[in-house]
Amino acid sequence: MILGWFAAIFPLNSLGHYIQWHIIQISVANLVVIVLMVVTFLVALFAPFPGRKRRKENR
Amino acid sequence: MTAKRFRPDVDAPEWKGGHTPYDIVKEGVIALVVVAILTVLLAVVFGSPDEPALTVKGWSNSDPMDFAATALSELNGTSGTAQYGAPYNNASTGQQLGPLTLAKWVGDRIPVNAANAFVVNPLRSLPEQPVLSADLQQWSNASATTRAGWVNNYTHAANHMKVVGGQLVVSASNAGPVQVMMSDLFQMARTGALDQALVTQKGFYTTDYTLPLLFLADGAYMANIAQKQHLTGDQWGMMNETGNYPGQAWLWLYTFWYQVSPMNTSGNGDILVWAIMMLLTLGLVLVPFIPGLRTIPRKTKVYRLIWREHYRGLT
Amino acid sequence: MSTTEVDRQWTTRLRKRVTAKLPPEKLLPDTQPSYVSSWIYVFGVTTMAALAVVIATGCLLALRGPQWWHGSSVGHFVNSLHLWSVEIFFFAMVIHLWGKYFMAAWRGGRALTWMTGVVTFVTSIAAAFTGYLCQTNFDSQWISTQAKDGINATGAGAFWNVLNMGQMLMWHIVLLPIAAVLLTAFHVLLVRVKGVVPPFDDTATVAS
Repeated sequence: MILGWFAAIFPLNSLGHYIQWHIIQISVANLVVIVLMVVTFLVALFAPFPGRKRRKENR
Repeated sequence: MTAKRFRPDVDAPEWKGGHTPYDIVKEGVIALVVVAILTVLLAVVFGSPDEPALTVKGWSNSDPMDFAATALSELNGTSGTAQYGAPYNNASTGQQLGPLTLAKWVGDRIPVNAANAFVVNPLRSLPEQPVLSADLQQWSNASATTRAGWVNNYTHAANHMKVVGGQLVVSASNAGPVQVMMSDLFQMARTGALDQALVTQKGFYTTDYTLPLLFLADGAYMANIAQKQHLTGDQWGMMNETGNYPGQAWLWLYTFWYQVSPMNTSGNGDILVWAIMMLLTLGLVLVPFIPGLRTIPRKTKVYRLIWREHYRGLT
Repeated sequence: MSTTEVDRQWTTRLRKRVTAKLPPEKLLPDTQPSYVSSWIYVFGVTTMAALAVVIATGCLLALRGPQWWHGSSVGHFVNSLHLWSVEIFFFAMVIHLWGKYFMAAWRGGRALTWMTGVVTFVTSIAAAFTGYLCQTNFDSQWISTQAKDGINATGAGAFWNVLNMGQMLMWHIVLLPIAAVLLTAFHVLLVRVKGVVPPFDDTATVAS
């Protein structure tokens, strides 16, 4: 039973889903990763960084 | 003496402003804990793919006609491996980059004689086979011309190849020992003995799978399975993983070149793509020295988002 | 033993050179310039943290050998940890690269920092590639038989045989991790020596 804990909850073993756009063919999984990367990059650029007051005092 | 000109894309102003307390060790530990937790979560939720390896046994039983056709192509020198060139043999010049034939210059340092490696040597390893032994002796004693004649006759007849009751059936005449060799190789494959024979040609302990992999790659069986999993070159397969798992998104540019002309149709496609990617990688390494490329950050002003607090503080 | 003799020793000269270039307060600083105030700065350390998890999970896989994970659910879970930590590693490293590009982080004598970063990226790709070859499953079979054509075409395939699992395994678990760790360490030490790149001198924002 304990070994059952190591089995994945949502294994992604079924045949992949793909998106075709002109010559570009990309898996949904890869597209999700790339979109997540861009979103993370944008969030990192725009999100406020804590400690502003402390930096202002030390300027 | 004139002062050195300040180049905004190369030089950096000296920081005369303030500093804030910074706990570098704490930052590292937090990053480690966060990444470890995220890794465990992803592993628990999604697991990882593990499509079982193909075997020659599985191949010969699932797609016997493809197996037999591939084995024949090894014998008659028409297989991908037989015609590859360096590093396996000198059957062809191999890929060229203009006047450069890099693989050929290096030579065939992993020598593979297709007929011997995939057919004759494995058959020789079978014990207590008087008929086969006699046929193999006949094969060894024959000249290259005679062998070619036998193989050609068998190849013509193989257009009507059948598998009946687990036996390879080809009605060939003047094919010498080839009929028995092919039939016995087929049986050897179906039992799993050929898998082992291909790997142990270099000795008991081996972790070198060159021969069975070349053999599998010469057939259509593995490629058909790869096609279903969207792993082939024209499917941007280099980026993909089996199933629905994310693959190697970082190979997007490398894979891209295989989709466009002339790389997508050229026999030199691989070396052309390598050359392009080596140049682009060199370009990425040398960005600090490339005018224009090193100016984009200053012109696009994304940095104003990163350092907005600093710039607000200046006003 | 005279002082001059001690001063001439390799040990003394090395120590003085290292501590001059990288004194303890620079190696492990307790302050940073106040312009370091963006979330984009966390991706370097996140990449390193991911590399540590990749190596740790790789060590766990090494405990029972390359075939373990096919027949054991614990082994398969460890393989999953290794796979996802690699995904996080590349995820963070590429965002780190984007951030550093838009900061033009090579400025002020930091070109070598940029260059070592790119070389580390390329080394990581080679490490990931050899990792895929060591899975000992269908993916390894397909990737190796496809990749061989590109690598063979350069001539390197004669010495670096992607179909030789033993060779690829040893590159993956010994040579490439050592290279990746050494390059990362050099890259990070360069950041400590040179400091984090200051902002562009955007004087248009300065009030006249």
